[in-house]
Amino acid sequence: MALLCGLTLAAQAQDLASFEKRITTKVLPNGMTLIVCERPEAPVFSYFTIVDAGDANDPSGQSGIAHMFEHLAFKGTKDIGTTDYASEKIALDKVEQTYAAYDEEFRKRVGRDPEKLKTLHAAFEQAQADAQKYVIPNQFTEIAEANGAAGLNAQTGLDYTQYYWSMPSNRLQLWAYMESDRIENPVPREFYKERDVVMEERRMRTDSNPIGRMVEQFLATAYVAHPYHRPGVGWMSELSQISATEADAFHKKYYVPSNIVIAVVGDVKADEAMPMLEKYFGQIPTGPKPEAMSTVEPPQIAEKSVTLKEQSQPFYLEGYHKPDYRDPDDAVYDAIQDIFSNGRTSRLYRSLVRDQQIAAAAAGFGGFPGDKYPGLFAFYAVPNPGHTPEEMRTAIHKEIDKLKTADVTDDELAMFKTRSRADLLRGLGDNQGLAEQLASYQLQYGDWRELFNQLKKIDAVSKADVRRVANKTFVETNRTYAMVQFQPPSGAGAQQPQGGAQ
Amino acid sequence: MSRSFRNLKRPVNREAMFTLFGLPVLIALFSLVQTAHAQQAQPWKQIPIPPLHPFHPEQPKRIELKNGLVILLEEDHELPFINGSITMRGGSRDEAANKAGLVDLYGDTWRTSGTSSKDGDALDDLLEAKAAKVETGGDVDSTALSWSCLTKDEDQVFGIAVDLLKHPAFKDDKLMLAKQQAAAGIVRRNDDASAIAAREAAKLVYGPDSPYTREPELATIKAVTLDDLKQWHDKTIVPNNMIIAVEGDFDSATMEKALRDAFESLSRGTPWPKPSGEFPGPKPGTYIVDKTDVNQSNVSIVGMGTLRNNPDYFALSVMNEIFSGGFSSRLFQDVRTKQGLAYAVGGGYGADYDHPGMFRVGAGTKSATTVKAAQAMLAEIGDLKTKPFTDEELKRAKDQVLNSFIFKYDTKEKILAAAARLEFYGYPSDFLEKQRDGIERVTTADLERVAKKYIDTSKLAVLVVGNQQEFGTPLTEIGMGAPHPIDITIPGAPQQGPGAPGGEGEQ
Repeated sequence: MALLCGLTLAAQAQDLASFEKRITTKVLPNGMTLIVCERPEAPVFSYFTIVDAGDANDPSGQSGIAHMFEHLAFKGTKDIGTTDYASEKIALDKVEQTYAAYDEEFRKRVGRDPEKLKTLHAAFEQAQADAQKYVIPNQFTEIAEANGAAGLNAQTGLDYTQYYWSMPSNRLQLWAYMESDRIENPVPREFYKERDVVMEERRMRTDSNPIGRMVEQFLATAYVAHPYHRPGVGWMSELSQISATEADAFHKKYYVPSNIVIAVVGDVKADEAMPMLEKYFGQIPTGPKPEAMSTVEPPQIAEKSVTLKEQSQPFYLEGYHKPDYRDPDDAVYDAIQDIFSNGRTSRLYRSLVRDQQIAAAAAGFGGFPGDKYPGLFAFYAVPNPGHTPEEMRTAIHKEIDKLKTADVTDDELAMFKTRSRADLLRGLGDNQGLAEQLASYQLQYGDWRELFNQLKKIDAVSKADVRRVANKTFVETNRTYAMVQFQPPSGAGAQQPQGGAQ
Repeated sequence: MSRSFRNLKRPVNREAMFTLFGLPVLIALFSLVQTAHAQQAQPWKQIPIPPLHPFHPEQPKRIELKNGLVILLEEDHELPFINGSITMRGGSRDEAANKAGLVDLYGDTWRTSGTSSKDGDALDDLLEAKAAKVETGGDVDSTALSWSCLTKDEDQVFGIAVDLLKHPAFKDDKLMLAKQQAAAGIVRRNDDASAIAAREAAKLVYGPDSPYTREPELATIKAVTLDDLKQWHDKTIVPNNMIIAVEGDFDSATMEKALRDAFESLSRGTPWPKPSGEFPGPKPGTYIVDKTDVNQSNVSIVGMGTLRNNPDYFALSVMNEIFSGGFSSRLFQDVRTKQGLAYAVGGGYGADYDHPGMFRVGAGTKSATTVKAAQAMLAEIGDLKTKPFTDEELKRAKDQVLNSFIFKYDTKEKILAAAARLEFYGYPSDFLEKQRDGIERVTTADLERVAKKYIDTSKLAVLVVGNQQEFGTPLTEIGMGAPHPIDITIPGAPQQGPGAPGGEGEQ
């Protein structure tokens, strides 16, 4: 339509009107939203399930539980993954009882009895071994994979939890059965071993990675009240004490149908598929939509910082609080991101990388660590050898000042708008990417059409908007920064004879 | 050679459920139990699976010019875009050892310098204003020039691509810039434990000085000159060493004419030599990179892999699925699900197109379970020869591979990329069909035979990147002798991090 004018459209027009014809949306009586998009290029389909809950919703003391539950969603259901669910249920209840008894003793601040703790732990171990007898390990994924599932995975962010895979289109009904079953009937089998796995995930991404350590400290510094100050994977102490009972409570509260949108894209016919999907997803019992979060991050009143001395190369990161994605200026932040960061024409590349040659890479981006709640607009730079984080900071601030005191050029603004349109179009030729976009926009705006309508907001961004938003956002008292400074490992002589640049 | 035509916008900052070595771990096929129990319903077995809609994707149109240039064209009118790539034989494995990094620098500098009539910065402005790309890059066995644009801009953008191919400028300031960025990468290469593990594992298998594993160093990138880049260009831009693949919203006859007009006049040159080399595999033993700022060990078990044109490749790939494919593979079931020792676990018996791949199995485990994880993986490898492959394992492996086979060619981009890859390596164009048929024919006897033939635990090395003080159990318990320390010091890197005069070496 008019939104995409200026582009020569191919034979099969890729505008809102063409998608209106190919997309069917249905809100089921239980509150779940289903989207079917017909794209019969090949006999395959992709799906994307998005749950309006992430680790920002983790209850206090249970950081990491949304992510922990996501792992659990691969452990099977009352039908899948068990030799005898009725008996297994009794055994799993026993696991929870013995774990609770152990945990109570473990957490005692005064009078913890080591002998009793040992006995309780042995009982817990025994209960797990008893429950394990009924488990058919990984049967859920095995059925999916034996039926041709590709790209099977899930992701938990602070804002949302997402599940997805692609399959040959003759497996649509099988998928609907599996996905609806795991949403309705997940079983917390092998929970405590999976908790060990997730702890390894934390060690990999955060504890053993200098950038991971820095980001965790940065967010903990930037936020004082809002859950964005917690790492999505959870603090090790809390993660290591999450119970299956708690995960079950999280599921009951947040995996209600009204909190979930599912999109299916590919070789599907809506008039045939929708009744079948309704049958499976419509049987999930309804539940109250979880209450919205009360916490709002208070305005920052002073610049904050954290400096890590590491045996790794230096790094600089800073962030400024900004509004969430529903803000009328959301597209203005997109413009700043594009002008500052997109490719070799971007301001940070040209200034820090090409001209001053002090950085190997530099960029600015919005929505960190999320954008459902007010996130940060962040800037980072990777110093070249011989250059310091402080130099990065100075150079970034110089560019920010330019944005506040002088208009961006017509060319820069036009480039942003052209690239946004092209990016949207490019994304439409891929089942999995399209399923993700449709489900996400439907969840975030209540209407997938916003995927196309966002171009109106992008087209409306003016030079004055960019200056106004830059002046409002990029101020010292609203800033948090983190630096990694190089420090040789202690005892380097013994451990690493020549370890200067390790 | 691997080219992706499309960069989908992907959200960031999320916890992906499982990946290993940066790639999603796919496919899974093993079960311990799986006998139907009378009392447990299995509703999924009652769900009908209708025949798949017929699908006969058209293969790309192949044109070979008189000068040896091969063109592959795949029309795709769904979206108003055209994406093309020109791939040249010759990559970093062919550069001189004392100039390691040359091909990377060439790949960067070629595009950023621009053409004799239009400098690279001006090209950036011109192309980005159209949301178009013309990019160049280097890989281990190839270099490439690619373009991507809206249909309406094809003539102009393709013109720029051709100009860049025929009249590159190679400028000194852009080479210096590329060296700066390469130097930043070199001094940072020990900051990430998994990157160290991948690099050192390959060095153990192929040898530290192998063309496949040697690293660009500060001294070797410093040695690269503008003349080196120009010579590389002249040597590789030879039509009989080039493959052009174009996909998108065009008419094949018109596109063919445009390509003929642009490239028919190039004269044939020396064919690029076939790769050669000795591949003895690792020296058995345990190797350790001590890293004091981590609490998790990267444990790898490595050996020699094979080639894809090995007649046993199909049986080996089925063995791989059973062994380490994904969630239900023997390795995943044991190390992750049963023992909870790792989040990332995977790997397998690798096969490359024109040189032997690597056998690599790896896991990330907390320091204290380093030895336990190594032993668990070694035991699973040993089991390949002693624990019989069941019919059920075989069926599951085949179901997995064959039912998902369509995802190798479910888009026009994938069809073209696969055809270009086979063309590049001189494989038959029906290799995918052969692969499917070959996998269908694999029997448990085949599995047993290839496991006996190719799995030899006495020829494996164990590599640990981790915090040695925290291991608890000594690495000698792995049973492969005293660990050999690997020195990963970066030659010539600044001793004090930033502030020290490290950058000037590259000026």
